[in-house]
Amino acid sequence: MVGEGILKGLAETARNFFGSYVSKDRLTTVQYPEQREPQIEATRDFPFLVYDGADWQQGMRCVACQICEKECPPKCIFIEKSKDKKPDAFGKMQIYPATFNIDISVCMSCQICVEVCPFDAIKMDVEYHQSSDDRFGALLLNKQRLSKSNEYYNAIHPTEASAVDAQRAEELAKLEAKAKAAAEVKAAAEAKAAADANPALNASPQQPAGDPQ
Amino acid sequence: MTTSFMILAVLTVAGTAAAMGLRNAVHCVLALALGFAGIAMLYLQLGAQFVGFTQILVYVGAVAILAVFAIMMTHNDKSMALPDSHSAWVAGCIVAVAVFAVLARAIVSSSASAQTQPPQPAATVQQIGNALMHRFVMPLEIMGLLLTAALIGAVVIAMDRREEMK
Amino acid sequence: MTHLALMTQHLDQIFVLTSHWLLSYLPIALQPLCSAILSVAAIIIAFATLFALTTLLERKGLGRMQNRYGPNRVGPCGLFQPLADGVKSLTKEDIVPIRADRAVHFMAPVLLVAASFMGYAVLPIGRNMVMVDMNAGVLFFFAIGSLMELAVFMAGWSSRSKYSLLGAMRAIAQMISYEVPLVLASVVVLMQAGSLSTVAIVNMQATYSGIWPHWFVFTPWGFAGFALFMIAATAESNRSPFDLPEGESEIIAGYYTEYSGFKFALFFLGEYIGMFATSGMAITLFLGGWSAPFSFLTWIPSYFWFFAKLLTIISVFIWIRGTLPRLRMDQLMNLAWQFMLPMTLLNLLTTGIWHFMLPGFLRWIVCSTMVIVPCILLGSGLKYKKKFQIRTYHFSQ
Repeated sequence: MVGEGILKGLAETARNFFGSYVSKDRLTTVQYPEQREPQIEATRDFPFLVYDGADWQQGMRCVACQICEKECPPKCIFIEKSKDKKPDAFGKMQIYPATFNIDISVCMSCQICVEVCPFDAIKMDVEYHQSSDDRFGALLLNKQRLSKSNEYYNAIHPTEASAVDAQRAEELAKLEAKAKAAAEVKAAAEAKAAADANPALNASPQQPAGDPQ
Repeated sequence: MTTSFMILAVLTVAGTAAAMGLRNAVHCVLALALGFAGIAMLYLQLGAQFVGFTQILVYVGAVAILAVFAIMMTHNDKSMALPDSHSAWVAGCIVAVAVFAVLARAIVSSSASAQTQPPQPAATVQQIGNALMHRFVMPLEIMGLLLTAALIGAVVIAMDRREEMK
Repeated sequence: MTHLALMTQHLDQIFVLTSHWLLSYLPIALQPLCSAILSVAAIIIAFATLFALTTLLERKGLGRMQNRYGPNRVGPCGLFQPLADGVKSLTKEDIVPIRADRAVHFMAPVLLVAASFMGYAVLPIGRNMVMVDMNAGVLFFFAIGSLMELAVFMAGWSSRSKYSLLGAMRAIAQMISYEVPLVLASVVVLMQAGSLSTVAIVNMQATYSGIWPHWFVFTPWGFAGFALFMIAATAESNRSPFDLPEGESEIIAGYYTEYSGFKFALFFLGEYIGMFATSGMAITLFLGGWSAPFSFLTWIPSYFWFFAKLLTIISVFIWIRGTLPRLRMDQLMNLAWQFMLPMTLLNLLTTGIWHFMLPGFLRWIVCSTMVIVPCILLGSGLKYKKKFQIRTYHFSQ
């Protein structure tokens, strides 16, 4: 029959039209600024720098190794090393970035910086409200604006962050154990040295067995 | 010579003059359409609604569009240049004068121009219809047949081409 | 009872009486001019408001058909959206292409809007509510409608853009092709009414037998004529599914690609106003103009019925737009010349037979058969004639 398809189509659109007033689950639109869809855990947009503890400058994990700067495909990261050193999370003295800028108008959210970072210092953020009336300044994030606490990281990516934390805790524990072992060896050696002060010349060239390096 | 007649006359003359004078052929057609519209309004002013509206429908709506299409289909820069040759101008002037002379003679000698005060024309569509259906029924039928044949012929030609393509 | 009748009559004529009352304060010499200005202003305001309302209705309706909300931000339920759209288009930059023909480029939207508004001069919006009762009213309407083609051409040509020109070519080809069935479909009414005056046509339909009105749509030829007229009107006003002239996927926005800001809004306005005018003509010719659908509803003012019918037709337009995909150019032309034209010609014959047969049941059967059977045959014939094949392109090889 001629026009049958047209009538079927009209019936379908009419069903949609009236159905959208009756059943709310037809309308899948989220009314954005008021309503938000929950983000999935793997959401990512732009990188940020993780710090431990309360002070963002002291706790900064980044050691300005510049691997991310070199790996970044669109070259949106700019790092300047510091002249002095500060202790990192493991207590080791490290240099830190004097300047750390990311131009997020250039960043393409590829996550390569995160993949290459050996210090778990740079991670991907989920904050997407970055619009601004300042075209250049507001999109060039400096060190302070990039720094976010480990708690924040735990809040946005819980699974990933707890894995990182566990790994870091393990490393820290290993280091502490090593330090302890070293201290014990050292103490034993000292005791030994004290015990037989005379044959000390024989023992001194030998290094302790548990020395880390 | 009422004011409205003067305005319409100026409009018509300006439109047709521009159609002759403008260098761009499409502009000429648009100016000509303005002239056609002016003539249509003159008809309306004379109370000839049917003729006036038919003038708009046929000349502005169809002939002008046809002319525009013809220009665009044959458009190239060579043909756009106006004829500068002397003989073309002379020939054009001779034709124009001849046409004008014939028309002027016809109007002057016709009975319509003898009346200084033309009677209020009241040619309603009803009257035109009656005239067409009684006195001029034969020409009307022949023209109708011709146009219908042309219409169907156009459709048949269009259909034939589809067959050929298969 | 007579008091009530007088009141409803006054309500029906309220605009006419107000206009007379206003004009009575003016000197006699100025009255015709002021009367014209008053009616023009009223029509422009009424239909521009209807345009604003329709844009909102269309966006809301289309949204709902696609299970969306549609605009709902400006004002309660998005009611002030047209206002925001207007402010936006007024404040936007007016960009004219550097190689465009400036004068023609400027005149095209003006001519389009002027032409689309002029059609309302002969539409009887209510009882005694028509600007000019011309005895060639219907002819005037179609003559003015043909001016729009010129405006479209001006827009497309003056922009000096291939998309504009292609869009204008498509639009003109489409409008000329569909003008033939449009006029032929309305001729049946002229044959039956014996008049070209819109007022006379409506008056003829505004009578009742029992409670039923004598609308022309309630006859076989009238119904067929109405359906054909509406299809042609859809194509004539470049609306979906015949919106090839502005096919976004192919030629951006057709002949108004190179327009921006308020000129673009003018095109938009012109298109909708033209659509209302053609719908208004369909109402006048087939749906009894301002007359009420039942004799016991005549106490409701006549202009209400006109706008109620107009809104119904607009809703159907929106519904169709939300349903049907766009036709291809050859399908469009085939529909016009192979289906619409034969059907309208046949409908003319049917009307003649209806006119000369005696009123009764037989007349109904004969005329209905004469309309329905060819429609089905022609439709299915065109459908089954189609063979799927590799498409060959005529001009590119």
